[in-house]
Amino acid sequence: MSNAIKDLLFKMADDALIIGHRNSEWTGIGPMLEEDLAFSSMAQDKIGHAQALYTILHESFGEPSPDQLGFLRTEAAFRCCRFVEQPIGEYDFSIVRQFLFDHAEYIRYDLLAQSTCKPLALLAKKVKGEIKYHVLHGDTFFKQLAQGTEESKARMQSALREAWHQALGIFEKSEFEEELIAQGVFAGEDELKKRWLAKVTAVVEAAGLQIPETIESKIDFGGRRGYHSEYLKQLLDEMTEVVRLDINAEW
Amino acid sequence: MYGSTNLTEEEAKRMSTTQEDPEKLEAFEARIARGEKIEPQDWMPAEYRKQLIRMIEQHAHSEIVGALPEGTWITRAPNFRRKLALIAKVQDEVGHGQLLYSAAETLGKTREQMLNDLMSGKSKYSNIFNYPAVTWADIAVIGFLVDGAAIVNQTINSKGSYGPYCRALERICYEESFHLKQGHDNVVYLATGSKIQRDMLQAAINRWYRPLLHFFGPPDKMSAHSEKLMKWKVKLASNDEMRNQFLDMYVPKILELGLTFPDPNLRKNNEGIWEFSDPDWDEFKRVINGDGPCNKERLAVRRYAEEAGRWVRQALMNPKDKYQVPLA
Repeated sequence: MSNAIKDLLFKMADDALIIGHRNSEWTGIGPMLEEDLAFSSMAQDKIGHAQALYTILHESFGEPSPDQLGFLRTEAAFRCCRFVEQPIGEYDFSIVRQFLFDHAEYIRYDLLAQSTCKPLALLAKKVKGEIKYHVLHGDTFFKQLAQGTEESKARMQSALREAWHQALGIFEKSEFEEELIAQGVFAGEDELKKRWLAKVTAVVEAAGLQIPETIESKIDFGGRRGYHSEYLKQLLDEMTEVVRLDINAEW
Repeated sequence: MYGSTNLTEEEAKRMSTTQEDPEKLEAFEARIARGEKIEPQDWMPAEYRKQLIRMIEQHAHSEIVGALPEGTWITRAPNFRRKLALIAKVQDEVGHGQLLYSAAETLGKTREQMLNDLMSGKSKYSNIFNYPAVTWADIAVIGFLVDGAAIVNQTINSKGSYGPYCRALERICYEESFHLKQGHDNVVYLATGSKIQRDMLQAAINRWYRPLLHFFGPPDKMSAHSEKLMKWKVKLASNDEMRNQFLDMYVPKILELGLTFPDPNLRKNNEGIWEFSDPDWDEFKRVINGDGPCNKERLAVRRYAEEAGRWVRQALMNPKDKYQVPLA
């Protein structure tokens, strides 16, 4: 059982760390100061969530310290989806990713608030309250830009098309899926995906855009099993540049 | 973070010849002498308005340009604690920029105009951000010493005469005091750490020593004075006074960690005044005029952000909205 829970905790923590890292890259270059501030806040929340999840792994499952888990594992050990690894691109991609990803995050934590894994259920209740504001941010900007100028509409539709099959990679199942559901740890990726699809479809259609057609073979799977896009290694190399100068030192 | 206000000789000359209604001017100056704050709707001399816009605008630019050298290390911070602290710290700096642009807007110049003047090079920002943050230790030194220098300057300026600017500065100083703590904590870890860490810290201090001396502006004997700016409480202390206060507070803190400064002549004389070697004021002038190690890069990043984000700002604009001066 513990391997199944560990796998779930790792994929959630890795998603949060990597998307938090990406969000932080907007510091200083946002389309307006207010968006620098917003992405910076979301980055801090997400990285904090990652730290909290690694702390559960450390305290309840005998894994190394959060710093070691976050900063000193190899690329293949990461279980994040490929969607969060993608570079920030232009603001249209980043805001569409934020919108799609955070709806999934909110529903995931909402479901996990009932988990039989007690430390995770406790954390989920707290995190849910924070992600609510991320969803609010994503929805607000998604709607306004989808209904703004001709250029912004076209950009949002195009970014949605680019992000769609990557976003569906969030719901990639691991070998432990059945076990997690049977033990009441998590309601499962299919349930999450179903709820997510209903939620984002409603917002996208209300904003006057179209949900791209899903082609199963195009879904960007692999991340949950350690097969990542080319971007994760680059990100990790950069992220660990300082700590690797002296891994035994206290920083 | 911000350096000092300096007038060119030309500006100082022009100031002394501006004509204002003598009665209004007298009442205005009497208010300031009594320690009252001037608010946006109050009468003020045209030159007072102009110098304040210039000063607050430069300060705001310094905050958002200052976020760039530190921002490049957010992605490389070595653990959770440092990464979270650095993101929060740089976010504060951008927030200070936002607050200060609003304070300057109360005087009649829009944020958009100010950003355009930044990108065209018409409006300046603190010189110190034209130097690169080469290693992680530079982040520690910036967080401790550059923020420390900024606090000296901003605490003094918060006693000035313009209400909205003073209130913004009080809040900024409060947040900066946390930056100082995280900078100091980072410096202490490196100073008491492994040889690699100590060496990189010492190298960073050596790099930032001169820019830190430049931070408060040219020596009093070299800079154009304006008694009027002092009288109007736009400027409250001389460059040399602020520099001396900074050295007095921070040199001992660095020395007690077993670190050194790259200047054999740095010492406090019998009158309590710090002496140091000439920090090359010609270099200061060159960098201010655009020829520093990072001037082009900093402005290029700002221009990229402006251009890449234009479609977003346009799409969010409601044609029915009218521009409103922010509340003080």
